[in-house]
Amino acid sequence: MIRTTVLLAAALCGLAAPATAHNQWLLPSSTVLSDLGQSVTVDAGASTAPFEADHAALPAEMVKVWAPDGTMGSIENAARLRYRSTFDVRIDKPGTWRIGMENNAVTGSFKLDGETWTLGRRRGPPPAAGAPVRNIASVDELPAGATDLDLTQVMSRNEFFVTAGEPSEALFAPTGKGLEIVPVTLPTDLVANEPGQFRFLVDGAPAAGLAVEVIPGGRRYRSDSQTLALTTDAEGLVTINWPSAGFYWLNAVMTDANPGHPKASKRRMSYTATLEVLAP
Amino acid sequence: MKMSFLLAAGAAVAPAAAAAQSVTITIPPIKVSEYHKPYVAVWLEPAAGGPARTLAVWYDIKKGGNEPGTKWLADLRTWWRKGGRSLKLPANGVSGATRAPGAYRIPLPANLAPGAYTLHVEAAREEGGRELVSMPLAIPAPKGRASGKSELGAVTIVAR
Repeated sequence: MIRTTVLLAAALCGLAAPATAHNQWLLPSSTVLSDLGQSVTVDAGASTAPFEADHAALPAEMVKVWAPDGTMGSIENAARLRYRSTFDVRIDKPGTWRIGMENNAVTGSFKLDGETWTLGRRRGPPPAAGAPVRNIASVDELPAGATDLDLTQVMSRNEFFVTAGEPSEALFAPTGKGLEIVPVTLPTDLVANEPGQFRFLVDGAPAAGLAVEVIPGGRRYRSDSQTLALTTDAEGLVTINWPSAGFYWLNAVMTDANPGHPKASKRRMSYTATLEVLAP
Repeated sequence: MKMSFLLAAGAAVAPAAAAAQSVTITIPPIKVSEYHKPYVAVWLEPAAGGPARTLAVWYDIKKGGNEPGTKWLADLRTWWRKGGRSLKLPANGVSGATRAPGAYRIPLPANLAPGAYTLHVEAAREEGGRELVSMPLAIPAPKGRASGKSELGAVTIVAR
């Protein structure tokens, strides 16, 4: 009994705060290209320090590619290694590309006939042989008699940008759903001696007072993470003064009670971007 | 040997002598076992801001295939961001092949509006470094001198 309680608690904890200790990251080989017909090779992993492949690979098949003309591109040469996945994206059209992962799901728990069930990807060790599996994968499978719904809509985005030739801004038009950024400084135009500025929107409105963390790559070679802990202003703007050139991992998390799904009561949103800052 | 080289360089730029104003840039000789002629871009930006105007860009114009010469233009990273990426290449009278070490005179366009500009010269070399030299340039009386430390030698602006 204790054992099942612990397992259940672990499962619920996992659902409430997925993978907080291990940050998911995408690391492109380059973000500014001067020739069409080249590819960007990308590493995808999850680890404590961004870009350091020492924990788990991310599934490359979750990655989507938005070409500058609005069409969907594809990944090539995907391979899952132990600590990271790798794949290529052929950058064959001029403009700014968006490459990354999107997730929008409902997770949580509910009761059915007095038993607690979980919704969403089950975490923790597998249940004992013969034990009933009280888990459903999708909110669409929610049984009619379910009560005590404690459901959270989880929306996340993790992306980076690549520009071939002149940048284009078509892909920066906000969707008006969840947490997203609209660049003031284009993400492929960042230089170490000029501050970068981005506007955070939640459901299309400025996300004021949002905590944003920016972590420089190369954590292993420093004694501390040198995380920049920033906050958006009333207009949702965050200004980043880059300490140096290099790759940065930007992340913001926001919770509210405005889920887009009628059965959910809470919403958890996260936005992650990998940004390359060039030397002046 | 050096003398004849300089003469040859002088002869090569002779047609530009008609231009009243010019910029002379120097690519220094660099003693390394594997030397590649640098990519070089020369451009003007209005001091008050505005679009950059490329005067010259030298790159590997003949190289094609999977890795054409244009692939490395982004290594001239400041020029690429400020204006290179909006230039359609090859550009008549602007783009050309990479140059060997020596001094090269680049005429300033006759139709430059009077005002304050910044002249930028950027060089990037395979297996080597990258350097940006910037200096103010005033029209109609441009004059000045600057010098690079590694990839670029003297840059002089002359009004004649």
